[in-house]
Amino acid sequence: MIRNVDFYLMEELLEEEEKIIRDTTRRFVEEKVLPLIPEHYDKGTFPTELIPEIGKLGLFGITIPQEYGGAGASYFSYGLACQELEWCDSGLRSLVSVQNSLCMYPIYAYGSEEQKRKYLPRMATGEIIGCYGLTEPDAGSDPASMRTVAKKVEGGWVLNGNKIWITNAPIAGLAVVWAKTQEGVRGFIVERGTPGFETPEIKQKMSLRFSPTGEIVLEDCFVPEENMLPGSEMGMKAPFSCLTRARYGIAWGGVGMAAFCYERALEYAKERIQFGRPLASFQLIQQDLADMLTEITKCQLLVYRLGRLFDEGRASHVMVSMAKRACTMMAHQVTRKAREILGGNGISLEYHIIRHLCNTETTTTYEGTSKIHALILGRHITGISAFR
Amino acid sequence: MKVVVFCKSVPDTETRVRLKDNRLDKSEIKYILNPYDEYAVEEAVRMKEGGKAEEVIAISMGPERAKEALRSALAIGADRGILIKDDALDGSDTYVTAKVLVKALEKDGLEYGMLLFGQQAIDGDTWHVPGQVAEMLGLPQTGSIIKLEVDPDGGKAVANRMVEGGEEVHEMALPCVVTCRKGLNEPRYPSLPNIMKAKKKPIQEYSVSDLGFSAEDVGKAGALTEVLSYALPPQKEAGKKVEGEPEEVAQALLQYLKEEIKVI
Ligand SMILES: Cc1cc2nc3c(=O)[nH]c(=O)nc-3n(C[C@H](O)[C@H](O)[C@H](O)COP(=O)(O)OP(=O)(O)OC[C@H]3O[C@@H](n4cnc5c(N)ncnc54)[C@H](O)[C@@H]3O)c2cc1C
Repeated sequence: MIRNVDFYLMEELLEEEEKIIRDTTRRFVEEKVLPLIPEHYDKGTFPTELIPEIGKLGLFGITIPQEYGGAGASYFSYGLACQELEWCDSGLRSLVSVQNSLCMYPIYAYGSEEQKRKYLPRMATGEIIGCYGLTEPDAGSDPASMRTVAKKVEGGWVLNGNKIWITNAPIAGLAVVWAKTQEGVRGFIVERGTPGFETPEIKQKMSLRFSPTGEIVLEDCFVPEENMLPGSEMGMKAPFSCLTRARYGIAWGGVGMAAFCYERALEYAKERIQFGRPLASFQLIQQDLADMLTEITKCQLLVYRLGRLFDEGRASHVMVSMAKRACTMMAHQVTRKAREILGGNGISLEYHIIRHLCNTETTTTYEGTSKIHALILGRHITGISAFR
Repeated sequence: MKVVVFCKSVPDTETRVRLKDNRLDKSEIKYILNPYDEYAVEEAVRMKEGGKAEEVIAISMGPERAKEALRSALAIGADRGILIKDDALDGSDTYVTAKVLVKALEKDGLEYGMLLFGQQAIDGDTWHVPGQVAEMLGLPQTGSIIKLEVDPDGGKAVANRMVEGGEEVHEMALPCVVTCRKGLNEPRYPSLPNIMKAKKKPIQEYSVSDLGFSAEDVGKAGALTEVLSYALPPQKEAGKKVEGEPEEVAQALLQYLKEEIKVI
């Protein structure tokens, strides 16, 4: 049932529970999710009835301790789960990334004990889905230039501003919103139903169509004091620490989606006969397959090592930038080649390849575009910032 | 009541079988818990959740990798594992396997009420071991069940099995042996928290000598059967296509059945 692209015999580097987590996630997505996707992708809808099932599996709160309802697993295992989720679809992986890294993580890392007890167990089951509001119409690659403000008032804060391109916003029960206070940027938990909080959906996307995306509109939105994340340092460090974790998962996901497309393309090339021979017998096709397998294997080694370093507390955010950029760009190239090998069928949702290819337009953009990650690396390499 | 589930580590169903030196080439195989055993584990765990079993023990004979199969059973909800692992076991047939498993149960000293198996292992596909174990222990057994009702207080179990054209209902005194198949239940996906908990559950390991056997009792030496050779099934030949008007096609087909393959 389960096949993995594993040219460098990395299977032997995994722990027992890591294999079980990977295989369970694969079985779940292959049996329960993949068959639903073409139709939903076509219509741009998401089957929210999947959410409790994903929760039951423990994919929300993977690295959160069990006492808060999480699985208490490692970041390595989180990476493997992201790989398998994105083997299925980037939007599905985004749902899990946002819940884990962008919402549960900041509540766990910067929240009060009360906030953790109140929200984390219900987020782990999927009863509450979170969204993460950082990007604004005028603050994308440069989120520090955000305009959303939080003004201190009696008993809490009043938030005003607009967030855009927010994954899960239309279905979210709460939003982790980053806003400027007089002392600097802070995080706030805004619950659905709070007056002045709206989440209109963004329609007509041609990428990540299996993932609801929306805006967050904050109009004199009062948030009580106990909903501010007290542990976050003022400034961009806290929101960036969430992004580092989500980017880490996106890197793993790129490997998963590329493996899917490579396997499908290989199978297709062996079966499809043209000029009286299988496509796979032509030198030009073999070169493509050789390139695909090589690039996938390189990125597998990258995320494997990154995952181990992450759990040892030795992965820097720059290392994560390298992997996020490399793996999503690799996934773009591999899905593109696979798309070509499938010819006309390559653009049909039935074969899944075009969907993955379209999704790479998002995965190379959100959580820092490929260019921005190049600049982060460039700053690290040269000691000179090209953007500040 | 304690319930024992027998678990085997087998090649994944996607494995491309290849031979090397007249044996299975195991170099690129990925192993999983035998899918039929999953039904057995699920059933046992449900018995525990339903208050009918107090402990579920997963047992396996196999190399180090069999621990992964046991770990999967623990993740589904078994409480502890037993692994019989020894280089001397290499080449064992089903008789030796059954003998070793029975001895391990004895060594462990557990008082079991039920022994659950998958009806077959998808690799060897012999269907032997459950019957052999039942025979060695002198226990009643039934196989390929699709329904199971256990009454620990009444000391009996009622199992339904599919037979051609109907269903048989077997009532057995406990302890007894049953083998499980598709239709009995829908095995759950182990959840991540339970996979993490399974990591901490104990797996007791026994060697051949721990069980009081010597190397001659097990492996090839102790086996009652001998594998003479392995062969892959013959390549399928291209089919024959008959075209034309319905009458012509029927005529051609009839002629083919009569004259070429001679079945009528
Ligand atoms: C489907 C989807 C889901 C998303 N989900 C979320 C979410 O949940 N939460 C959230 O907060 N955000 C989310 N985003 C927003 C995403 O993070 C931003 O789109 C991204 O950071 C880029 O910002 P931007 O779109 O404003 O582009 P811009 O920053 O305007 O960039 C436009 C182009 O200019 C380039 N560029 C920018 N600055 C430089 C520079 N200094 N040098 C060279 N080139 C430069 C970029 O690389 C890019 O190619 C999502 C986006 C999408 C598409």
